[in-house]
Parts: sequence; C-alpha cells; structure tokens
Amino acid sequence: MAEYAVELRNVWKRFPGPGGEVVTAVRDVSLKIADGEFFALLGPSGCGKTTSLRMIAGFELPTEGEVFLHGRPMGRTPPFQRPVNTVFQSYALFPHMTIGENVAFGLQMKKVDRQEVQRRVGEALEMVRLSGYERRKPKQLSGGQQQRIALARALVNRPEVLLLDEPLGALDLKLRKEMQLELKKLQREVGITFIFVTHDQEEALTMSDRIAVMEGGVALQVGDANDIYEHPNCRFVADFIGETNFLDGVVGALEPGKARVDAAGGVSLWAHTPQPVTPGQKVTVTIRPEKMHIRPTATDVNLLSGRVTDVVYIGTDTHYGVTLAGGQTIRVREQNYSAESRLLAREGEPVSVRFAIEAARVLTE
Amino acid sequence: MIQSFRENRRLQGFLLILPTLLVMLVMLVLPLTLTVITSFGQRDADGNVIYTFTLENYWRLLGFTETGWDDLYLGILMRSLWLAVQTTVIVILMAYPLAYFIARAPEKRRNFLLFLVLIPLWTNFIIRIYAWVMILRGQGVLNSALGGVAGLLSIPFTPFDFYPSQGAVLVGMVYEFLPFMILPIYTSLEKIEPNLYEAAADLYANAFHTFWRVTVPLSMPGVVAGTILTFVPVIGTFVVSDILGGRQVILVGNLVQRQFLDARNPPFGSAASIILLLMTLALTLYYTRRFGLGEEIAAG
Ligand SMILES: Nc1ncnc2c1ncn2[C@@H]1O[C@H](COP(=O)(O)OP(=O)(O)OP(=O)(O)O)[C@@H](O)[C@H]1O
Ligand SMILES: [Mg+2]
Repeated sequence: MAEYAVELRNVWKRFPGPGGEVVTAVRDVSLKIADGEFFALLGPSGCGKTTSLRMIAGFELPTEGEVFLHGRPMGRTPPFQRPVNTVFQSYALFPHMTIGENVAFGLQMKKVDRQEVQRRVGEALEMVRLSGYERRKPKQLSGGQQQRIALARALVNRPEVLLLDEPLGALDLKLRKEMQLELKKLQREVGITFIFVTHDQEEALTMSDRIAVMEGGVALQVGDANDIYEHPNCRFVADFIGETNFLDGVVGALEPGKARVDAAGGVSLWAHTPQPVTPGQKVTVTIRPEKMHIRPTATDVNLLSGRVTDVVYIGTDTHYGVTLAGGQTIRVREQNYSAESRLLAREGEPVSVRFAIEAARVLTE
Repeated sequence: MIQSFRENRRLQGFLLILPTLLVMLVMLVLPLTLTVITSFGQRDADGNVIYTFTLENYWRLLGFTETGWDDLYLGILMRSLWLAVQTTVIVILMAYPLAYFIARAPEKRRNFLLFLVLIPLWTNFIIRIYAWVMILRGQGVLNSALGGVAGLLSIPFTPFDFYPSQGAVLVGMVYEFLPFMILPIYTSLEKIEPNLYEAAADLYANAFHTFWRVTVPLSMPGVVAGTILTFVPVIGTFVVSDILGGRQVILVGNLVQRQFLDARNPPFGSAASIILLLMTLALTLYYTRRFGLGEEIAAG
C-alpha cells in the first residue's frame, strides 16, 4: 500500500521567541513513515524532535506544511480527535486516579462499554506485566512501573500510531536497556507504528527500523541504522552516529565513483564519492576508525604515513592515535581477534595507516 | 551534653514548638477551659458568675424553658448554619471561574491579577462592610443607579429595601470571604501539571471531560481549604450581620456577643459559644473525612 501511517509534508514550525524574535523549531521537514514501522527521531537537545512529535499529536499546529495520518490531512484537528496516542517523557499519569482508572480513561472517553473496558484494561496491564496493580495510585509505583503504565494507557486504545517522547529518559541505565528490548518486542507483537524520540544514538540504533537524524530543525538524513552509519550524507550525521575521523581537503583527480582528495601536509588519499564533486572543490573525507589498519602488510591504494601519538588497550580492541604529516590526528581501531594479540606499534613509532577506498567517503556538506 | 542535645531529636522538636505551645496554652486552652467552666455556671442578679454545675444554660439553648418549648435559640443556630452554607456555596461558584481564569492566564499576568484580588484586603474590614451600606441603603448607590435607569425608561421607581436585610448580610459575607476561596483554589489549579491536560486531550477527552475528570478532582484540595476558611468564620462572625443586618439579623455570633456585653449573662453566652464550637468541629470533621484534606491527591 502506498499510503503511509504518518506523513509530514514540508512542515515548518516557528515560535515567537522571548525577545520578540522568531524561533524556528522545525524547518521544512518531510517524512514518510510506513505502517508498523518503528521509527526514531534522533538528534541533540533542541533540534526540534519534541516539536515534530507534538505536531503529529496535535498539541502544536504546523506554521506551514501538512501532517497526514493514513493519508488524511490533519489540518487543525484537535488532539482528542486524532487516532494517535502519546507516551509522555514525564509519563503524565493522573495522580488522583488508580492505575486501573488511568488505563481505562481513553476507552471511557471513546464510550466503549463497561465490560469491554474492563477486559481490555486487564489485557493491557498483562501486556506490560503489571496485572494486579489496578487499585494502586501512580505514586505507589516505581519509575519503571509508571513508565509501563503510561505505555499501557496509550496502547489500550489501539491507536494507529504511538508517539513516544524519550520514554526511557528517566530510567537508570540497566532498566533502560531492559525496556528498550521490551518495547521493541512489544511493538513487534502489537504491530502498531511507533515514533520514538531520543537523543541517544545507541538507543535509536538498537530499537528502530528507520531513523531520522535531526539537527537545527532539519531532518538531515533518513534511513535504517546500517545506512546511516555506513553512508552518512553529511558531516553532522557522520559525527553524531558513532565515532569517526574527518580529513579536510581539496578534490584533486576524479575517477568514476571516486576522487583523490589532497589534504594539508601532502597527505593524499582516494575516497568514494556518493555525490558528484568537481576538481578544486573543498570537501571532507570521513573514515571510521575500525575500517583503518596499521598492520604492515600494505597492498591498498590508501597508505598514509604518520607517527603513533597514543595507544589505548581496552581488551577487545586497541585504539591508536596517529598524527599525519599535515598535523591531522586520526584514530584507528584494531580488533584483537587473534589468540595472541599484541601491540602493533608503540608510542612514537612511525606507522602506515591503510584503508580501502570504499571505507573513505567524500562529504560535501 | 552538647553532643547529646544534637542527637536528641525529641528535645529539638519540643524546643521548636515551644513558643507556639505557650501561646496556644495561654491564648486558647486556658480561655477555652474557662469558657467550659463558665458555661455550667449561673449568674446572680448583678451579672456576676456563680460557679456551680448546672446544665440549665444548655437546656435553655436547646429550647426547654419554664414556660415550655421555645425554638428561638435553635432557630438562631439554624439560621447561622444556613447562612454559612449559602455563603460558602456562592463563594465557591464565584471564586472557581475566577481562580481558573487567573491560573490559565499568561504567567506574567497572574501576579498582577492576584494582586487585584488582594487589594480590597488592604482596607479595614469594618470600612469595607460600611461601604456596602452606602451601596445598598435606600438612597444608596445601587438604588440611585436603578432609579436613574428607570427614569431614562420613564418607569415609576420606588427604592428597594436592600438594607438592612438578611440578603444584605449574605452579600457582605460573600464579598468578605471571596479572596479566601480564590487564593487556595488558584494555588491548587496552578499546581496541576500542564501535561496532564495534554494527556487527557491525547486520550480523547474534550474540554468538558478534561475539566470534570482532571481539573476539578485535582483542584479539590483548594476547594476544601477554601471551604474551611470560609465556612468556619462565617458561622461565628457577628460584625457583618450587625452592620448589614441592622441589628435585626441575629446569628450565633451576635447571640454570644450580646450575652456577654448587653445581657451580662456570661454563663449563657459561654454555653452558646461551646455549642457553636462543637457544631463547627463536627461539621469540619465530617467534611474533611468525606473529602479529605487533599494531601493524597496533591500532584506527584
Ligand atoms: N512553545 C515554545 N515556544 C518557544 N520556543 C519553543 C517552544 N517549544 C520549543 N521551542 C524551541 O524550539 C526548539 C526545539 O525544541 P524541541 O522541544 O522540539 O527540542 P527537542 O529536540 O525535543 O530537544 P530535547 O532533546 O532537549 O527535548 C528549541 O530551540 C526550543 O527552545
Ligand atoms: Mg524534547
């Protein structure tokens, strides 16, 4: 089906700032989220994730552009008429109601009959493994339990789309990891589209089918975890997801699909060009540390000589800092996979760093 | 010695409440005990108290006299109670929307609006009540205004007898106690987390349902506090009824005051105070049992 569960078409959101200026929270964002997808909005603080989510829920209206739910334009439809539910970061459980009443609230508002409400509340609590807590008040539950109730309260309504705004933000690391897997499993079971906001890249990579990386109100790149890690389309995405090296330089020679980039100090390398470039253009090359090697059996095209400035041994890997002729420092990660791994170079020793052309990517922005 | 004082939490606690304890003892417990003792006493021909033990004062209050059943005093009690109920209900109905409006106003404007609510309290209580006499009396502001309108429409107009009357007393009470209801309700409304409203909207509740299922229950602590702050003083006050009732509307407060000052019958006045106290206590206890003091509902 060509219809998407959620579509944002050229959505902008501007707020009046405190000093009368205009704050643009979301800039021309277009997203298409398929039915049943686990979709993450990932980005640093203030990049407009919450605002995007709130526009889908209907708490904010776009200044420009349109939000569609299953092809229906939402226009000015108020939140209570949208077939979506939200899990708030602070849970927002009603403190004066019991857990049972909290979970039943949405169904009662939809005038579902009493027995059906009771049955579904029971099911929802079972789903989050909190059966028997109906009569407690939210305050009498731990943070993790409250989080699960917030989830049950939303899911019991069987929304078309579930929106989650950093739902695990308040949990400690261990519980957070557990809930990540649990949420993912739950989403597979119920088959509801999840849109999940987080600023934690690992969380996004672990849980999502696809990720939109946002920055400054712009959705920079949308893709699955592998895509975003291996094929970042700009410097920000490459930097935000995982660890990487950047080398600034100028395009020298061109060949189909690759280019020679000349960096400072006579450092020169060949890199893959996903976007067309022209000779003389200023570009950045990104290379992930684990895709480079300092083993001395060199047959690759890219061979950069430098001097080891630091060595960090962490068991599974050894990290080397290597300073190149132009003064650039790059980080190289060697896996210690052989039975008797030993250091390949010591501090101060000259080494050659080698990597495949495909491992290096030319970024134009 | 010093060390043990540091660790002695009970002693510390005792010292902290000591000043209040002393004040309460001197200003509350002693007079109250004296009142209880006096209420069982008699009065001699000169108006002095004879300390005996008789229930006569209480019997008289309940309506038993030598000449038979007389519901004069019970009537006064009932009237006071009824006036307090009316005042409280009207004050809640007027204060709630106002408090709601202030709590929902932009943050910067809220303080200004609260300030407006408090301005009347800067004027002396008695003066504020006399101001109502000026408004309500035969040639007062209200009658002049109505007369003016009637004149414009050429309708014959005879001034209303707004004052003195029981209605005037009610108006005065409502006016007097409005701020004491607005403030606690405002405080509890303002404490409600905005994302609870959003959660309700998210769960398909329209404005009406959100108000009744979220706003009202969460603001109940304020309503309870405001009710106690209004009901208890209204039932015992005598100044408003004295001034706006033109000494014709007699409430328990007036009864007590007159027994002490005019009739020179302290034992009877004491008995009336004790009855008033017990009644207030019983109602307050019942009310707080029924609706709680609100602490368990407080947002969290
Ligand atoms: N109601 C508002 N009025 C004015 N500015 C706002 C409003 N809401 C958000 N903003 C601004 O819009 C930008 C994006 O905010 P948003 O809450 O969407 O960020 P976020 O990505 O969710 O950040 P975080 O990870 O910190 O929650 C911020 O600069 C913020 O200050
Ligand atoms: Mg946010």
